[in-house]
Formats: sequence, C-alpha cells, structure tokens
Amino acid sequence: MLTQQIVSGLAAGSLYALAALGLVLIYKTSDLVNFAQGEMAMISTFVGFTLIHSWGMGYWLSFLLALVFAAVFGIIVERVFMRPVQKAPVLSQIILTLGLYMAFRGIAGMIWGYEPASFPEAIKGEPISLGSMLVTPNQILIFTLTIALMFLFFYLFRYTMVGLAMRAAAQNLGTTELMGIRVGSIFSLTWAISAVLGGIAGLLIAPTTFLDPNMMGEVAIKAFAAAVLGGFSSLPGAVIGGLSIGLFENLVAGYVSAELKTAFVFFLIILILYVKPTGLLGIKQVKKV
Amino acid sequence: MDQHTRKKITYLCIFLMFLFPVVAGGVNYLLYSGSLIFIYVIIAMSLNLLIGYGGQISIGHASFLAIGAYASAIFTLSLGIPFWLALPLAGFFTALVGFVVGLPAVKLSGHFLAVATLGFGVAIPELLLKWDSLTGGFSGLFPDKPSILGYTFDSDVKMYYLLLVVTLIVTWLINNLINSRMGRAFVAIRESEIAATAMGINVPLYKALMFSISAFYTGLAGSLYAHFIGFISPHDFNLSISFLVLAMVVVGGFASIPGSYLGAILLTMIPQLTDEVPGLSLVLTGVALVLVILFLPDGLISIRSRWKRKKTMKPADHQTNEKSLDTASISKQAVGSEK
Repeated sequence: MLTQQIVSGLAAGSLYALAALGLVLIYKTSDLVNFAQGEMAMISTFVGFTLIHSWGMGYWLSFLLALVFAAVFGIIVERVFMRPVQKAPVLSQIILTLGLYMAFRGIAGMIWGYEPASFPEAIKGEPISLGSMLVTPNQILIFTLTIALMFLFFYLFRYTMVGLAMRAAAQNLGTTELMGIRVGSIFSLTWAISAVLGGIAGLLIAPTTFLDPNMMGEVAIKAFAAAVLGGFSSLPGAVIGGLSIGLFENLVAGYVSAELKTAFVFFLIILILYVKPTGLLGIKQVKKV
Repeated sequence: MDQHTRKKITYLCIFLMFLFPVVAGGVNYLLYSGSLIFIYVIIAMSLNLLIGYGGQISIGHASFLAIGAYASAIFTLSLGIPFWLALPLAGFFTALVGFVVGLPAVKLSGHFLAVATLGFGVAIPELLLKWDSLTGGFSGLFPDKPSILGYTFDSDVKMYYLLLVVTLIVTWLINNLINSRMGRAFVAIRESEIAATAMGINVPLYKALMFSISAFYTGLAGSLYAHFIGFISPHDFNLSISFLVLAMVVVGGFASIPGSYLGAILLTMIPQLTDEVPGLSLVLTGVALVLVILFLPDGLISIRSRWKRKKTMKPADHQTNEKSLDTASISKQAVGSEK
C-alpha cells in the first residue's frame, strides 16, 4: 500500500514538476508568472487529439506536432500579449494571464465542447512488478523524462550562452540589451520552451484526467504550488516541489481523505510560505528603496 | 468632474435604481438580474478595497463568499437565528476567517500571495463538499427567504429593494472607510510598504485588517446570496466565480466605487445574455480583461476622464496618460477626485 502510493505519487508529481519547470523558466527570465500555462497546455493537447482522431496520424507524430504547435503558441502569446506589459506592475501581469486563462478555456470549450474524451497513453504495457509494487512503463517514462528535462534545462541555464543571456535578462533588461543580446528573442524562446514543457505535461496526463477544457485545472494549480514550494526561481526546486506535492497528496488520499487532497496540499503550502516566505530553495530578494 | 456634478450624478443613479422595478414592469427576469448585480456590486467593492486601494491581490475571493453564505445558512437553518441577525453575524464570521487568511498574507506579496489566495479559493469549496454533515455536501442547503421582524421578502420586487438598500448602505460605509485615516493607510501601503512603515503605519496589522474588512463585506454578500437564491452548493463558489469577481474589479476600474458598479453590471449581464453558447461568456470576460489591462489599465470608468484629459492637455502631457495603473491611480488618489 505505502510503496504503491509512493509510486503513483511520484508519477503524478513528475507531471506537476514538468509544468512547474515551465513556470519557473518564465519567471527566471522575465519575472512573470503565467497563470494561463495550464490552459495553453490544454489547447496543445487538444491539437494533438485532433491530429490523432480527425487526421488519423500516429501517436508520436501527433505528439511532436502538438509540441511544435505549443512552441509557436507560446511565442505568439509572448509577442502579442506579454511584451506590452513587460514593465507593468506585477498585478497587471497576473491579471492579464488570468484573462488569457479564461479566454483560452472558453475558446477550447467552444471548439471542442465539454464532453470528456479519452486520450491514448504514451506507451501501453502491462505493469511491471518491482518487489511489492506495480509500476506501469508509462509511469517510468514520465518520471525519467521529467528528471532528464530538469537536468537539460539546468545545464542550459547554467552553462550555455543562451542560459547566460536568460539570466542576464532577468537581472537587468537595459544592460542586457547593451551587451548585444536580443532580449526579445530570449523571451520568445523562454515562452516557447515553457509552452512545450506544459504541452508535454498535458499530453502525458490526458490519459488519466480525460480530455476536456477543465483537464489542466488541477494540474496547473499544483504546478503553481510546486513552483512556490520550490521557491519559484529554482529549477531543481520546481522538480523537488512537484515530486513532494505528488507524494504528499497521494499519501493524504491514501490515508486521510481522497476528496481533501488538494485542500491539504494548500494548507501545506501556506504553512511553508508562512515559515519560509521564499519557498524551500528560493533566495530572498531585497527591495531597494 | 467637480464635486457638485458628481453628487448630482450619484443622486440621479440612486433615483434610477429605485425606479428600476417600475420600469422593468414586474418582468421577473430583469428584477432577478438587477438583484444579482447588487450582490456582485458588494463583492466587487470589497475586493476593490483589497486590490485597488490596498494593492493586495486575492484570486480566491469566492471562498469568502462561500463562507458568508454557508455561515448565514447554518445560522438560520440549524441554530434558528433570525435573518437580520444572521446577516451581520455571517459578515463577522467571514471577517474572522479573513483575518486568519490575512496573517500569512502579511509576509507574502505579488505572485506568492496570488498563489496562496488561489489555494484558499480551491480549498474552501473542497472542504465544504467534504464536510457534508454540516453543509449537506453536493446536495447543498436551502436557506429561507429573508425576513425582518416578521416581514418576509418573498417576491422579486421586495427582494430587489432589500438588496438595493443594503448595497447602498455598504457603498456608503466603504466610501467613508476609503476617505478615512484607515483608507489612506491602505493606499500608503499599496504605494510603498517601506514608506508606509516609515510614516508610522503598522503594516502587518493593517494588511490583516484589509483582508478582514474585505472579507466582512464579501461575507455579507454571501449571506444575501444564500437567502436570495434559496439554494447554495459548494459548486457555486468555485474558482471561476473568484476570477469573475476579479474581472469585475479590473474591467470596471481599480480604486473606484463607480468602477465596481460598472464592472459588476457588465460582467453579470454577459453570462446572462450569452448562456446559449457555452464558453462564450468566458471568452468575452477573458478578452475584456486582456483588453482592459493592455489599453485601459484604469478600467472602463476611466474612459471619460481620459478623453477629457486628452482634449485639454498639452501634447507633451500625453505620455502621462499611458502610464501604468499604479501611477495613474496615485494621481487620482492625490487629487481626491474619487469622492
């Protein structure tokens, strides 16, 4: 029982971590939280669904094309909506992405309707038993993918020129531009990557949640929680946050109450924020007067 | 607009609101929408107090509404407390919860506060659903129509006037609060917490108070909602309601009471007019939010003054019009034109 809860907790947590990685990437480069991330992922998943069901494409080709769509979608959102509010107060930025959240959700409902549809799993296969626990190949894939992507982006951020440019843009826009970096393309790139990460999470979770305009509600909310828990500015923090939330909620569901798992997750978050307002791995930002 | 014309317009609006049931001619649908708008006006004003004046975001405000509604329903149904007493009690109970929620908010700001209040918005409906011995779970509760000293507000017209009077009283109270010492402290905190501390404002206390006061009025609205609709279930207070209320504040205008009225009227009517196409009202509300943030950061209520300013100002001053919402609302506050 316990080990089984841990396995499913880690699998769910990996998906939260993927979505949280996308949130943190954007936050690190442009100091902005994208509340519409989950809904963008939902639309990308629906595109994948249309490719599979209406156009009869194979799973992996549709998966890839859906991610290409996600990248383009991310760039469009950044160019059209986010760039004008780059220097606006945090409040306006939050509200703008909330507006996009509502608009995307409504548009998806108008196009694809509210009937939940089923979505195929990435790899089918009988569960493998490891000792006393059962693990599906799909869960293993999700978990490895998350860890691999975390290391990839960690490397990208720390050791490449693009990563340096992203960090520089977060520090000081003006100086970064003076250094000859095209800040605009850096932001677009971040949004593209973030949308792709969200898209991966959406495509992988769709088999369990079923596909409808509300599918990412829970996941997106927990991705925020994961990002906050991890400190919002740390990539490993996002992954640790995601995995611990997945674990915690499955343990609560198993031992306390399945209906209250989200409530418990948030009580945990509020408690942690109260004790350590910058999250587990966050760095305190000092405000200049 | 000078104070005199402003007063005249206010009285005219109040007169029109009292006249509305006569014009609506007993069309129940219009009266129902009008009554619902009043409830949303109260919520929008109380959220505006927090966001527009205090600069603190809350994206889970429907949970305060839920607490007020359930508190009032339980007070009247299980404890047999009369409505006129349950209404303020529900407000005070919600205020107490608001104070507790406000405590962590003292330490948080910006995105962190947004996520914490989001969590609050998700958790309360879940709790209400789970705690079915008290709240009836999925099947909800059926509060009675309000009655004061034996007089029952059992028709749409009576209900409309009850809600109108309560809304006007709340508006008057909030307006006084904004123009009091406390209201100025809220604005000072919004502009700069450090400067506010330097001026001797107890920032943590005032932030928690801000949440508490906002929760009080939202709780009142919740109580009114419960007795007006006659049925409440946890689903009535989910995140989409929280976002809708937030949209009312933004679309109408930050730090503006007429703005809250305007936002509540518009965004209550959109779902009513577009209910044949599922999803359309969400799209319209979302698009309205996006457009307002991009092009009219002070909300629709600022169109008039903006247009006036453009006409009278020298071309060089045009730049100031395009400034972000914070700066624009400071100047508004400074002039005190919001009275």
